Amino acid sequence: MSGPKYGKYGGQFVPEILMPALEELEEGYEKYRNDPEFLKELDYYLKDFAGRETPLYYAKNMSKKYGVKIYLKREDLVHGGAHKLNNTIGQALLAKYMGKTRLVAETGAGQHGTATAMAGTNMGFQTHVYMGAKDTVRQRMNVYRMELMGATVHPVESGSKTLKDAINEALRDWVSNVENTHYLIGSVVGPHPYPMMVRDFQSVIGNEVKQQILEKEGRYPDSIVACTGGGSNAMGIFHPFVEDKDVDLVAVEAGGSGMKCTEKAALHSASLSVGEDGVLQGARTRILQDKYGQILESSSVSAGLDYSGVGPELAYLADIGRITPRVANDDMALKAFHELSLMEGIIPALESSHAVAHVMEAAESGELGELVVINLSGRGDKDLEAVRKIDLGE
Amino acid sequence: MKLSTKFNELKDRNEAALLSYVCAGDPDIESTPEIVDALIKGGADIIELGLPFSDPVADGPTIQEASERALKAGMNPDRYFELVASLDVDVPLVCMTYYNLVFQRGLDSFVEDCVNSGISGLIIPDLPAEESEDLAKACSNKDIDLIFLITPVTTDDRIKMILEKCSGFVYIVSRLGVTGARSDVTDATAQILSRVKTDVPKAVGFGISNGDQASRVVSAGADGVIVGSAFVDIIASGENVNQRLEELAKDIKDGCRKK
Repeated sequence: MSGPKYGKYGGQFVPEILMPALEELEEGYEKYRNDPEFLKELDYYLKDFAGRETPLYYAKNMSKKYGVKIYLKREDLVHGGAHKLNNTIGQALLAKYMGKTRLVAETGAGQHGTATAMAGTNMGFQTHVYMGAKDTVRQRMNVYRMELMGATVHPVESGSKTLKDAINEALRDWVSNVENTHYLIGSVVGPHPYPMMVRDFQSVIGNEVKQQILEKEGRYPDSIVACTGGGSNAMGIFHPFVEDKDVDLVAVEAGGSGMKCTEKAALHSASLSVGEDGVLQGARTRILQDKYGQILESSSVSAGLDYSGVGPELAYLADIGRITPRVANDDMALKAFHELSLMEGIIPALESSHAVAHVMEAAESGELGELVVINLSGRGDKDLEAVRKIDLGE
Repeated sequence: MKLSTKFNELKDRNEAALLSYVCAGDPDIESTPEIVDALIKGGADIIELGLPFSDPVADGPTIQEASERALKAGMNPDRYFELVASLDVDVPLVCMTYYNLVFQRGLDSFVEDCVNSGISGLIIPDLPAEESEDLAKACSNKDIDLIFLITPVTTDDRIKMILEKCSGFVYIVSRLGVTGARSDVTDATAQILSRVKTDVPKAVGFGISNGDQASRVVSAGADGVIVGSAFVDIIASGENVNQRLEELAKDIKDGCRKK
């Protein structure tokens, strides 16, 4: 069963050994996605464990300064501190219904690993998280959090020692233990059905925004702005609005330290903005690659956006002009991190800071319209040490 | 040389084939021709030459590290085809690589470069049969074999679908997991071999590292054994590489003769 494609993107480019597992997952997802009992349990977890719904907060000080109405969708208030738990609850529950006993996951910033450990331990799974060795250092508190919740964290020493390499290792684990294991992918990437399934589980964000903004403003926003690495928080908030063509959907990528490439690496992570058509880790999408098709290492101050690809559906929506890719670099994100903290008393994750930074830059030009929603995908506690070091010039 | 010609030759001699994998450019580009020679001297019937990719998800650490060494040594598709064209060998050559490299070169260009440099078959481990239509067309236009994998978890329906698309030989993965030398060859091999009913030669890979294992796989009904990580381990050690490759190839080939 070949999965649905998004235009030319998507598909299932995986070793043959994984194809039966993908078929089984597709069947399991089709069977349970509308099952009343499954949905009731999912709803219970989202509400009573994750703490949904999250508020849509009117950022009054920021709005005043930038002259547009700015709302923050407070995914930073989800249990664990990021939107990631929406998806891990959904997939872990699905894995439970499918009779799996073991979860593997990869993580960049550690938020997805943490959310997998939370859902996994709560539902009785053995959880293994693969994380680039570089990321285990820059996000060591998240490693500790995962271990506290019973997950085994495997530092990955190969390649660039970041998210891309962690995904390779998690795939290898899955290949070796496919019979009892569910690979819990944390973003809208990978082979079908993952991009669709993760998008569906994250769509709770956009569905809530639809109701909340109507209650508060009586209309939909002019733009919705979300940071984009793999793109799960972006697809989660965008998807319910895709048919509402008057709402501009703005995907902000990490511009890193500059929009250039060296021979083996990009100084940024902007695969949607400047990447090219290719096949990476299970899907055809836009990726950062050299002229031969070797994958370039990506770069960003935020581990969660530091990825050489992007979800295939985002690539498609960018191709047809439905979403607007934009870039915010490391310096802009750090500035936004500080400014939002000072202005609203909310410390954003470095990932989310990219979305905030873009709004700060573009609001006054009028390109975002009068009413803007920023998806505040996570909180910045995990980044405090990293940012403090940068501030001190260490 | 065509893969079918080689398998027919071996069938007449009542032998199974030794298919040996090494990564082109590992540890450096100059060494590859000597390594290939050593393997052929030892008895390798078919050479699989890896074209290294930055993110080889179907491979274990041994071959991933070989790919990293080769990329570091400057291997790329242009140099790969030059290198292959310069090899003076009388055995079939098979290119093993990942789909993005084929995709970026353009499917037709890639296949044409294969033909011009003397490659007879292609193995793309991250291209399942479902996604292979375009490449299959390019390959059949140029009479190049496109080889697919079958694993112990592949369902009977999929086996049927894969066999319809597969030519040259079918690559049978004897166990779950990624590539890498292992000490056991399980009953799963015999089971999977009995499930694959075809006239296309069946070559078994993953985990084979000596003549005893090879002979067990061959008596279970394989027409060939594929050995990769055990050779790559020798290359990685850097000690008496060519001599040891030849000896190991000879040991495994002896196992292939007990058909």
